[in-house]
Amino acid sequence: MNTSALIFMVLAQVTITAIMLTFLIRAMRAKKRPEPDSYSDNDEEEE
Amino acid sequence: MSTNKEAWGSRIGLILAMSGNAVGLGNFLRFPVQAVQNGGGAFIIPYLICFLLLGIPLLFVEWAIGRYGGRYGHHTTPFAMERMGKSSLWKYIGVFGIFSNIAIAAYYCYIESWTLSYTMHSAMGSFRGLNQHEVAGFFTNYLDLSTTTTGLPFEAIIFFLLCMVLNTWVLSRGLSGGVEKMAKIGMPLLIFFAIFLAIKGITLRAGQENAVNSGLVGLNFLWTPHYDSLLNPKVWLAAAGQIFFTLSLGQGSVQCFASYVKKKDDIALNAMSAGWMNEFVEVVLGASVIIPISIGYLGIDKVIELTGLGGLGLGFRTMPFLFQQWGPALAAMAGIAFFGLLFFAGITSSLAMGTPILSFMMDEFNWSRKNAALVFGGAVTLLGLPTVFFFQQGVLDEYDYWAGTVSLVVFAMLEMIMFSWVFGMKKGWREITAGSDIRVPTIYKFIIKWVTPFILIIVFFGSLVRPAGDEWTKVSLTSWPLHRESIIGQLIHKDIGPNSSWIARAFYAESECIVDSIYIENGKTVIQADSPDHLTSVTYILRKGNEPAVRVGDHLQAGDELYTGRVYNRVLYLNVARVLLLSLFAFSAFLVYKASRRRKKHAHHPLKTTAS
Repeated sequence: MNTSALIFMVLAQVTITAIMLTFLIRAMRAKKRPEPDSYSDNDEEEE
Repeated sequence: MSTNKEAWGSRIGLILAMSGNAVGLGNFLRFPVQAVQNGGGAFIIPYLICFLLLGIPLLFVEWAIGRYGGRYGHHTTPFAMERMGKSSLWKYIGVFGIFSNIAIAAYYCYIESWTLSYTMHSAMGSFRGLNQHEVAGFFTNYLDLSTTTTGLPFEAIIFFLLCMVLNTWVLSRGLSGGVEKMAKIGMPLLIFFAIFLAIKGITLRAGQENAVNSGLVGLNFLWTPHYDSLLNPKVWLAAAGQIFFTLSLGQGSVQCFASYVKKKDDIALNAMSAGWMNEFVEVVLGASVIIPISIGYLGIDKVIELTGLGGLGLGFRTMPFLFQQWGPALAAMAGIAFFGLLFFAGITSSLAMGTPILSFMMDEFNWSRKNAALVFGGAVTLLGLPTVFFFQQGVLDEYDYWAGTVSLVVFAMLEMIMFSWVFGMKKGWREITAGSDIRVPTIYKFIIKWVTPFILIIVFFGSLVRPAGDEWTKVSLTSWPLHRESIIGQLIHKDIGPNSSWIARAFYAESECIVDSIYIENGKTVIQADSPDHLTSVTYILRKGNEPAVRVGDHLQAGDELYTGRVYNRVLYLNVARVLLLSLFAFSAFLVYKASRRRKKHAHHPLKTTAS
C-alpha cells in the first residue's frame, strides 16, 4: 500500500472505531435513572 | 384511546435496534462503490464532514422529534409534527413518515429475500463448479420467474413471501420481544461475519487460491486519495447522499424508535452510539470486504467496470464465484457469512420500516399488534409483487428513486425546517439535551439552525436540476442540460429514446448497434446486439407474438425496428409504478385525515399518553 492510502485508511478507521467504542462504553456505563424509565427489562429488579 | 403499550427492553437493545435500522445493504454494497467512484481515500473527507454537519444534526433532530411526540402518545411523524409545528398542515408532511416506510419495505424486502435465498444456495453448494459467467447467469435466472435454480417453481416469489412472513412474525412479537431481540442477535452476528470476511479479504496473497492480486492492492485502490476530486461538487453531493441514506434519515423510523424513550432518559448519547456504530460497520468493515476480495481475483480494471453497474451486481453476480476459489468448505462458509450478514443488515432495517406502521395503527385505530403486523405484511407484499414480476422493466428502481431517495430528501428538509425554524431552536435545543448523558457541543445549536437546513436545501435543489454528466462547472442559466437521473429528468423520462409510447407495434433500437446473434432460449427468442465497438452488448428477450425484424450482422441506428408485434414499453411499467406510489401516498394521507377526525371526536376523553 502506498503511504497516503495507508495514512487515510488507518486514520479514518482508528478514529471511527475509537469514537464508536467511547460512546458505546459511556452509554453502557451511564448511571441508571430511577424507575419508571424507558426500559422494561429492569422493571422488576428496580421495584 | 391508544392500545400501544410497547417499550424497549434495555438501552443496549435500543442502540442495537437503532444501529440495525441504519446498517443496511448499502453499508457493504453502496459505500465502497461510492468511494471508488468519488476520489478513493479522499472521499472520506467530504463523507465525514457531511456526517458531522448533516448526519449528526439530523440524528439529534429525529430522535428529539420522536421523543417529543411519544410524550403525547404520538409514535409516528404525522401527529408528532402537527404538535411541534402547531399547524394541522404539518401532519400531512408527516405522512412521508408512513408512506416511505411501506414503499421502501416493498422493494427492500425483495432484495432482502435474495440474500436469504443466496445464503441457502451457498450452504447447498449451488455455485460449486460454476464459472464467472454462469454465476452471473444464475442471478439473471433467479430474477426471471419462468426459470428455477432449485427446482422450486417461482422461486423468487417463494423467497419474497418467506421473507414477508418472517418480517410479519417478528413484528407481531412487539418492540422488545421481536425487533429488539432480532437486533441483539443480528447485529453481533453481522459484525462477526464481516470481520471474518474482512480478514480473509485483506490476507489474500497473489498467486494463492487463483488470486491475481493481494488483498492489500484492493485496499490501496480504495484508499489512495485523489485530492483533485475534492473540488468536484459531484463528490460532495455523493458524500451527502451516502451519509443521508446510510443513516436511514428522513424515513420516520428513527422518530418512531425514539418515541418510546421517556423525557428524563437520554437521547443524545444514544443517537451518537447508534450513529457511530453505523459508521464503524460502513467505513471499517464495509470498506474491507468486497473491494479487496474482488480486486484480488478480478484485477482493478474489471472491478472499475463492475462498480459502474452498482454494488448489487458486484454482490450477487460476482462474489459467489470469488468465494469458490477458496475450496468447497470455505466457499460455503464465506457465502453463508456474506449473504447472512447482508440478510441481517436487511431485516433489521425492514423491521424498522414496519414499526412506524404498527405504531400508527395501534395509536390511532386501536388495532392489536398482531392485526397491524398482518396488515403491514399484506400491504407490503401487494405493493412489492410488481417489483418481483416486473423487476427487469425497472419497477424496483422506480420505487427506489421516488420513495427511497427523493421522498427522504424532501421529508428531511421539511422536518429540519419545521424543527429549527417553526418549533424553534430554543425549545428544540432543550429537547435534544434533556436527560442527556453527554454534553452536546453548543456549536450544534448553530449548525442545526443554519448549516444543516442549508445543506439539505442544496442537496434537494442539486438533485432537482443535476446537470448532464455532473458537469456543474459548465452549466449556465442559458444552457443547463439535465442529467437523466435528476428529479426533473426522471419526471419527464429524459433520454427515453425511441420507445416512448406505452404500447407499440414494434420495438426500436435504442442506440446504434450491430446484431450479434438471434437464438431461442427457454422457448423465447433472444436478440443480442453489440455496440459498434463491441465493448458492450444488450440482450432483448422477445415476448410471445414478437418477431425479429433484423438478421444477424445488421447494423442498426437508434430508432430502427428491432422486432415487431405488440410491445409493452418500459415507460408503461414505470408510469404504473408511479401511480401505485402516488395512490399509496394519497391513501396514507387519507388514513392520517381519518385518524385526525377520530382524535377530534374523542377529544373530550383524556388521551392515554406514555407519561414521562
